[in-house]
Amino acid sequence: MSLRRVLALGFKEFLQVWRDPRSLAVALLMPLMQMVLLGYGVSLDIRRVPLCVQDQENSTESRALVEDFVASGWFAITRTLPDNAAVRTAMDREQCIGALVIPVDFSRVLAATGQAPVQSIFDATDTNTTNIAIGYAEGVISLATADFAARWEAAHGTRPTRVGVVDFEPRVWFNEGLDSKNFIIPGVVAVILALVGAQLTSLTISREWERGTMEQLISTPVQPIELMLGKLVPYFAIGLFDAAFCLAAAIFWFRVPFLGSIVTLALTTSLFTFVVLGIGYLISVRIRSQIGASQVALVLTMLPTTLLSGYTFPIDQMPAAIRALTFIVYPRYYVSILRAVFLKGSGVAELAFPMLALTLYAVFIIWVAARAFRKSLD
Amino acid sequence: MAEAIAIGNLTRRFGPLVAVNGVSFTVAPGEIFGLVGPDGAGKTTIMRMLAGVLSPHAGTILLDGIDVVAAPERAKPHLSYMPQRFGLYEDLTVAENIRFYAELFGVPRKERIARGAELLEAAALGPFRRRLAGNLSGGMKQKLGLICALIHTPRVLLLDEPTTGVDPVSRREFWAILYDLREQGVTILLSTAYMDEAERCTRLALLHAGEIRSCDTPQRLKQAMPGALLAVPAADPRAVRAALGGVPGVLGLLLMGDRVHVRVDDAARAAPLLAARLAGPNIAHGEIARVEPGIEDVFVALVGDATKAEAA
Ligand SMILES: Nc1ncnc2c1ncn2[C@@H]1O[C@H](COP(=O)(O)OP(=O)(O)OP(=O)(O)O)[C@@H](O)[C@H]1O
Ligand SMILES: [Mg+2]
Repeated sequence: MSLRRVLALGFKEFLQVWRDPRSLAVALLMPLMQMVLLGYGVSLDIRRVPLCVQDQENSTESRALVEDFVASGWFAITRTLPDNAAVRTAMDREQCIGALVIPVDFSRVLAATGQAPVQSIFDATDTNTTNIAIGYAEGVISLATADFAARWEAAHGTRPTRVGVVDFEPRVWFNEGLDSKNFIIPGVVAVILALVGAQLTSLTISREWERGTMEQLISTPVQPIELMLGKLVPYFAIGLFDAAFCLAAAIFWFRVPFLGSIVTLALTTSLFTFVVLGIGYLISVRIRSQIGASQVALVLTMLPTTLLSGYTFPIDQMPAAIRALTFIVYPRYYVSILRAVFLKGSGVAELAFPMLALTLYAVFIIWVAARAFRKSLD
Repeated sequence: MAEAIAIGNLTRRFGPLVAVNGVSFTVAPGEIFGLVGPDGAGKTTIMRMLAGVLSPHAGTILLDGIDVVAAPERAKPHLSYMPQRFGLYEDLTVAENIRFYAELFGVPRKERIARGAELLEAAALGPFRRRLAGNLSGGMKQKLGLICALIHTPRVLLLDEPTTGVDPVSRREFWAILYDLREQGVTILLSTAYMDEAERCTRLALLHAGEIRSCDTPQRLKQAMPGALLAVPAADPRAVRAALGGVPGVLGLLLMGDRVHVRVDDAARAAPLLAARLAGPNIAHGEIARVEPGIEDVFVALVGDATKAEAA
């Protein structure tokens, strides 16, 4: 094997990616977009969130506030309830996912001081929907506040002493800290890496076939293993860059607590990146059209990572047969590694099993991929 | 092991189609050997098998004594192959392509720079070294292909229709480089659809439907053509060709621009018969004169005869 040829191939491939807007977009924009999309949940446009109202006062002012919620279009009032116990029952029966609680002295306090507390309670089983609903509720409240401030000014000739006229106190039940986010986001990183990595390398060999450069390339002394390594080098760098970006976003943007060590994270991430790139390369060797290779890569990475990696559906709640199947789904190892490193601060020793599994995977894929390529037109 | 290339009984099928059928020939070191034939004759298929990128169904290929069929990878360091379709990277510059191929063949840096400059000079591509290959003209692309094929020192150079779509000036530069290589002892095998180019080769194989019809020097191929050749210049050569079919002694008719080449069994006897036939419908024509055959005449004579033999 010649290192010189590997480097020449790597440099050539790097130049090609660098000059190809489409590859560059896959390499750099796709992770960003998916981090936003998957990180914030796909259900961004939620309308008519079912809401219960517990209006303890039932005054003109309190009914006006409820009316504001309905008029916004974001909420549908499904029920009016007497007490907290009833709210809880309604949530358990999934008749609503949130409740608006207006205290018994709401309008009196408001008239006297210019500010009054309102409480809302949300079911946080579905974290994404809840986050969005809370955002909507805050929007409605702040509009009502501005409206009230204007009326107050007209009546009193001054602005209310404090601006937060209606105090809004969202409270979350069942999952006080909304910590399913901490559980999901590391999985999101794994999904993105698997998708982007396989997409990148799935095109490298088919591109040579489609552009007619393969014929001349295979007439040179280049060896299949050199071709593979040369082609993986630039994508490995890109993959690690993407991984660093996503992990940084998880820690600093989504604020997932990070208790582990950077070294463990780097080591396991490199291993996973290698596996993913190898799979993309293998697909590329087997399928000669770029479109075909890219689609197969999408299906082969999307399905196992989203359904069987345990990233959204917990593996220990799956039927036994499917649970057995997840052992060959390589992303599950990385998902569990990431969760352990992030939330438990696990080191290499605790992660020996998933790391060994990934290593075996890497060796197997590379071995198969290196042998799959034939320097021949037949 | 005197021959640079020796192929024996080479055969390759694509499904029911026999693209190359029992082809044998040898090429001596330093020769420029030409494969000539119409579209689909099997030129590219032979080239690919020689380059070790397509495996034959039967037959042997020896390249400088190396068995290409058994061990294509052993032959590859010693050969350069330029495919018919442009095979370099359009999104790399001229210099980057050259460098890439130099690295694949392990050419030392110093040598690459010296040789690259020399070849760029010879091909008049020096000013374009920073241009993307995709932005080169057709002729420039072909010359770049040749440079990349020559950046290491191959023993055998395989060129598949290297000058198709290349303007006459670039073609002259191209051939100047080939003659230089020949001086250095490089063996060249090229395929071509241009008859004037075929005449420049030291030897030719005339290929038709996957089989070699004839293989010799251009000179001897022309001498061996059965019959003699008469040229009939005319304002309307098509009318002449139509009129002369069926005249006794005429073996074949070939349209050559503003004239018709008539192959006859006996020039002295046939010339007056042709003139008489054209006088009837009063077709205007110039003086009927005997001419030396070109490769195209030889080719048509061979292939025409073969099709007649098959029909019989
Ligand atoms: N990969 C292939 N699959 C099927 N048929 C093929 C393949 N390659 C070549 N052929 C057929 O084999 C025959 C010889 O093709 P080849 O390309 O060798 O001809 P050629 O002499 O190079 O023609 P041209 O002057 O058009 O390049 C043709 O009939 C062609 O259709
Ligand atoms: Mg061809």
